[in-house]
Amino acid sequence: MSLIIPKGMSRRHFLNHVATGVATFPALQFLSHLQANAQQVKKNQKACILMWMGGGPPTIDIWDLKPGSKNGGEFKPISTAGDLQISEHMPETAKVMNELSVVRSMSTREADHGRGRYFMHTSYVPNPTVVHPTFGSIASYELGEQRKDLEIPAFVSVGGPSESSGFLGMTNAPFVVSSNGQIQNASMGGVTEQRLNQRLTMLAEIESSFIKSKRGETPLSHKEVYSKAVNLMTSPQMEAFKVDQEKPEVKEAYGDNSFGQGLLLARRLVETGVPFVEVNMGGWDLHSGVFNALRTNQLPQLDRGIAALTNDLKQRGLLEHTVLVWMGEFARTPRINQDVGRDHWANSWSVMVGGGGLKGGQAIGETDADGTSVVGKSYVPGDIWSTVAHALGIPLDKVYTSKNGRPMKITNGGTAIAELIG
Amino acid sequence: MLNMIRTRLWIVLIVGVGVAVGVAPSCAEAQAKPKKVAAVDASDEKEADSAAQSRTSFTTGSSDVIIDFVNQQIRQGWVDNEIEPSEVASDEEWIRRVYLDILGHIPPSADVTAFVEDRDDAKRSKLIDKLLDDPDYVRNWTTIWSNLLIGRQPPRRVSQAGMQKFLREAFAKNRPWNEIVFDITSAEGHFERNGAVNYLLAQMTMADEGVQATAKTTKLFLGMQVQCTQCHDHPFNDWKQARFWEFNSFFRQMRRIDHRKFDEKSGRQVDDYSELVRADFEGPVFYEKRSGLMVAASPAFFDIKVDDSLDTDRRAALARFMVEGEKPLIAQAFVNRTWGQFMGYGFTRPVDDMGPHNSPSHPEVLDRLSEEFVKSGYDIKQLVRWICNSEPYNLTSQFNSKNESDDPSAGEIPLFSHMYPKALQAEQLYDSLIVATQAHKSGSAGWEQAESQRQRWMQQFVIAFGTDEGDEATIFNGTIPQALMMMNGELTQNAINTAPGSYLHSVLSQKGSDNQKVKELYLASLGRAPTSREFSTAGKLIKVNRDKVIAYQDLFWALLNSNEFMTNH
Repeated sequence: MSLIIPKGMSRRHFLNHVATGVATFPALQFLSHLQANAQQVKKNQKACILMWMGGGPPTIDIWDLKPGSKNGGEFKPISTAGDLQISEHMPETAKVMNELSVVRSMSTREADHGRGRYFMHTSYVPNPTVVHPTFGSIASYELGEQRKDLEIPAFVSVGGPSESSGFLGMTNAPFVVSSNGQIQNASMGGVTEQRLNQRLTMLAEIESSFIKSKRGETPLSHKEVYSKAVNLMTSPQMEAFKVDQEKPEVKEAYGDNSFGQGLLLARRLVETGVPFVEVNMGGWDLHSGVFNALRTNQLPQLDRGIAALTNDLKQRGLLEHTVLVWMGEFARTPRINQDVGRDHWANSWSVMVGGGGLKGGQAIGETDADGTSVVGKSYVPGDIWSTVAHALGIPLDKVYTSKNGRPMKITNGGTAIAELIG
Repeated sequence: MLNMIRTRLWIVLIVGVGVAVGVAPSCAEAQAKPKKVAAVDASDEKEADSAAQSRTSFTTGSSDVIIDFVNQQIRQGWVDNEIEPSEVASDEEWIRRVYLDILGHIPPSADVTAFVEDRDDAKRSKLIDKLLDDPDYVRNWTTIWSNLLIGRQPPRRVSQAGMQKFLREAFAKNRPWNEIVFDITSAEGHFERNGAVNYLLAQMTMADEGVQATAKTTKLFLGMQVQCTQCHDHPFNDWKQARFWEFNSFFRQMRRIDHRKFDEKSGRQVDDYSELVRADFEGPVFYEKRSGLMVAASPAFFDIKVDDSLDTDRRAALARFMVEGEKPLIAQAFVNRTWGQFMGYGFTRPVDDMGPHNSPSHPEVLDRLSEEFVKSGYDIKQLVRWICNSEPYNLTSQFNSKNESDDPSAGEIPLFSHMYPKALQAEQLYDSLIVATQAHKSGSAGWEQAESQRQRWMQQFVIAFGTDEGDEATIFNGTIPQALMMMNGELTQNAINTAPGSYLHSVLSQKGSDNQKVKELYLASLGRAPTSREFSTAGKLIKVNRDKVIAYQDLFWALLNSNEFMTNH
């Protein structure tokens, strides 16, 4: 349902090509051309990896500890390579905190999963009449279209659905894959390129008559998505998804769990030129038994993953081009409930941001002694995404205009955080 | 002129969103008045009026004052907004739609042909009645409501089979909707013997003090989104945090028991049945205000207080409040959702966020249908009849030059001057492929077996968010994974199989010309005959392939992969 007419699909054109030409058989042989033209992607392209903590992580136990408070819980803070302290259960991450910063003064109001997820991804609260694009779709729209050599989707979501591309249309929707990188049904199962071509030519014929019959934009986006799907399944860049090709010690470093492997996949995708990858880690909705779950399961995986990714990107010279963002839909109550859990909390919490040339090693903003409210200036997701947009070189004053004249700022009027962009 | 007015409203709307609370009433205003705001040229008015009047004679063959009322109100919206409705949908277009909406799958090609040739003026209304008596109506509605109540991938220790058995019996007997709601809200017992309990069991996956049950019950049955009020007063409507917890206190007498049993084969304890039982709970519940202050709330349905002693069966009390009265919220919530299910858009967006902050597009239609739905004894089939026999449901999905502004996908208020295309749901696609390839005729699989096959196939598209809400997303949403599945997946492979006994084999073995066979494939998949251009392209395809079987396979592949097949339009 794109309100914006998508830009031409440049090199990803062959379905259009087939559709506009007279339907002739036999094949047009376009697939082999595509593969011959595939080029090596440049290394210094900007990218963002969003680590999405589905369910709402207790940031008071991770990034903003409150020793001595009744809300403090069971964990102690430790010093790091940066100018801030974090949880004792994040020892590996502590060593790379000179590269990463924590914004401790988020105040986001939405403490329902669906609403929080929407707000944190899009910078907007849900609205009945418009679906706002998640920031990954904005990055896909702004950066993906420029990368003519990129044959795989410009926005990949690993192990979770992310949010909708909204009015930016299906061509900027997240491409959802599991953390092992396996893409179902991507193999043509013995069908030759000539036959695929024959099928697509017939398909284009049927599709174009339906598109011409004036039924809105859905039929058109169906065609565009097919074009992307064919592009993907015939591209040598599919290699990027093959996490299995990594050396055992690299896989080991990231951690043998879906979050760790998802981050490793993200690194491969970023290397290939994908501008936005979201990696989901679930299991944060800790209404009971929070400390035990954090200590034994959540934090060891998180700690290892973040540290491995940061080190790996740094070693490969990619960290200064790749923004890392860590957030969930909200955080969890400072108050510890009767089941030794923490409930939903959006009033005062932390988000981690680093890489991409942003200034690391800092704690930005603060909460009060019990962690229940922000002291001083607070931030909303639009400010985080403005910071990311700044690092990615997406102009912040960009305004999308719907076809009925409705203006829409990409980060809902947020401001890049001065301490981070330095 | 109108476009300009609309643009201005949108600007107001977006400013409203930006600052959240302050300007919110403007949203409601903008939503509430899709009608003409400024005076227009008299000749325009006359033209629009006459256009609407020239169509007053539309009927599916049914005669009902309620349908007349709906038609008249919807038409008034066209006049007020100076648009003209699209043509009535052709029989081919309409029969595909009504099968998909009522039965959940496309019509078999023989049904299309028979319907098109039928000369009865009342054939549309007769078909609606016939479909409502079809067993697939029960199956389709069971699927829809099971997905809404417990999700496509229900949490562990929730019985999908139990839930579906309850729903199947309810829809087969056409039980009144208020009875169904009462049973689901107040249910106790074994999750297979009383399948209604599964709805609440699915909301009890975490120790969240009934928060999820509260939020989902108000949303699904009452059409109100109050999730955010667990932490603070609602910014737009008049729900207060206190009310959330008053509602919540009805859900505190619930306890689930997950029974285990000894399995001789493995020598271990394994899952047995689960049940929902009444827990001893009395007195108020306590919640925390944003200030940190703890406050007590006693059970109350809006302003009606309920005794909070141990003797009160709180859920039964809540269920009674929900289903009683002349204009209960459950009626308008169900009408709004069902209208949206058939028309592509409800009277509010989303359908389950009703209230003064989000005024409906057609309040008169919503009110009247809700009122009549109650009077009918919450007769679900009757509501479907009213909707399917209405003029807007019978229009084509094609825009015309006079209603291009009626495009809710661009954020406009729906005026229902043409049908809005809907993407096929995964279940609809699966069942439609079975009909298109006539697998339902040869298959001897029973209901349960067919259902479990379909559910297994469905799992590849479901992604759970893993939260206490048990919410889930589907990647069957028009994105690349869905395209890959349709291009290369097993389901399509089977559909274009040409082995003896397969659908394509039977078509190719028939006598008749290539054109007749091509036509058969079009009818089976798209429910229409090919155009002359399509005949010619298909002819070329057959000609250049030495092996005809390959040509037919590729033609059928293209038909099943087309936007037209994947759309309910």
